[in-house]
Amino acid sequence: MTAWNVVLLASILVLALKIAGYLVPARLLEKPTPARVAMLLTVALLAALVVTQTIQGTGGHPVAIDARLPALGVSAILLAVRAPFIVVVLAAAVVAAVLRLLGWMA
Amino acid sequence: MRSTEPGRTPDVERSKAVRAAFAVGIAVAAYGLSFGALATASGLDVWQTCVLSLFMFSGGSQFAVIGVLATGGLAAAPAAIAGSTLLGARNALYSMRMGPVIGGPWWRRLLAAQWTIDESTAVGTAQPTLRGQRIGFWVTGAVIYVGWNLTTLIGALVGDLLGDVRMYGLDAAAAAAFLGLLWPRLKTRQPIAVAAGAAVVAALTLPFLPPGVPVLLAAAVAVVIGITNWLGPKPTRPAPTHPALDRDAGL
Repeated sequence: MTAWNVVLLASILVLALKIAGYLVPARLLEKPTPARVAMLLTVALLAALVVTQTIQGTGGHPVAIDARLPALGVSAILLAVRAPFIVVVLAAAVVAAVLRLLGWMA
Repeated sequence: MRSTEPGRTPDVERSKAVRAAFAVGIAVAAYGLSFGALATASGLDVWQTCVLSLFMFSGGSQFAVIGVLATGGLAAAPAAIAGSTLLGARNALYSMRMGPVIGGPWWRRLLAAQWTIDESTAVGTAQPTLRGQRIGFWVTGAVIYVGWNLTTLIGALVGDLLGDVRMYGLDAAAAAAFLGLLWPRLKTRQPIAVAAGAAVVAALTLPFLPPGVPVLLAAAVAVVIGITNWLGPKPTRPAPTHPALDRDAGL
């Protein structure tokens, strides 16, 4: 198998999965239970993404506790005091970047 | 729909969705630099690297392909394809969720399918109105598609010159953005329970499962609590549970 085969075959499969979900009829999600599941799926997705984005490691280490965790703590405090979304996001980046610059929790 | 009303409401909707889209989109798109640099280091050429970003367009799956190729070479091709497909499975869940939001003719949903990823779905579904959801989805998708492909090309060409994008705290920014989208939804017990359960499942399974799979498992928490309606609001219209009640009501 050539590198092109891998690139194209894998791309087709991933795109096919994206398209498959749109073939589910829209009427299904109008009923109370599917509608509730869909709403809660968003919550579960976001919560799981917060966790994986914060502690997922790189280069063979599945989990890494680093500057992202204190940065997330700061953003949670800012959210609790109703800071604007963009301030929350920027503050997290600044906290993590500064901590890494200082060599703490790199 | 409020969108037909003149006045400020639609603009607030739009600017909220657009702001979220750009905040998430720019932080995430910058990762294309790492992807481009690592892809060429794994043995792919610049064209193959760009084709992955243009057609596969799903960060987790793309990193899976180059990660497996980097360690196993072309002999590991089946594992690379299986890994990226497994990671892409959650996109099918997202497109199921986005289908009714996107609506319209089949070609619009086909276009939306290409842009259905973690971030566009997260920003889209986090908006309170249908119009905001559509704006959030399309703008996030567009910002990331354009940004991700540009940064992939730059990363593939200049490689290591830029260093690790983590240095700029962009990984923490993405986590904060997801938290910011989640926060306003945690007002009643049911979503709080789902968020807590999903976070615990993701954290506990992350060390043992391939990346991407923990998010799929966390989704199961929403399905179980959603179907059983645990901690949910009572139905507003009392269900006719007893035949006598139906007769009393003259039904």
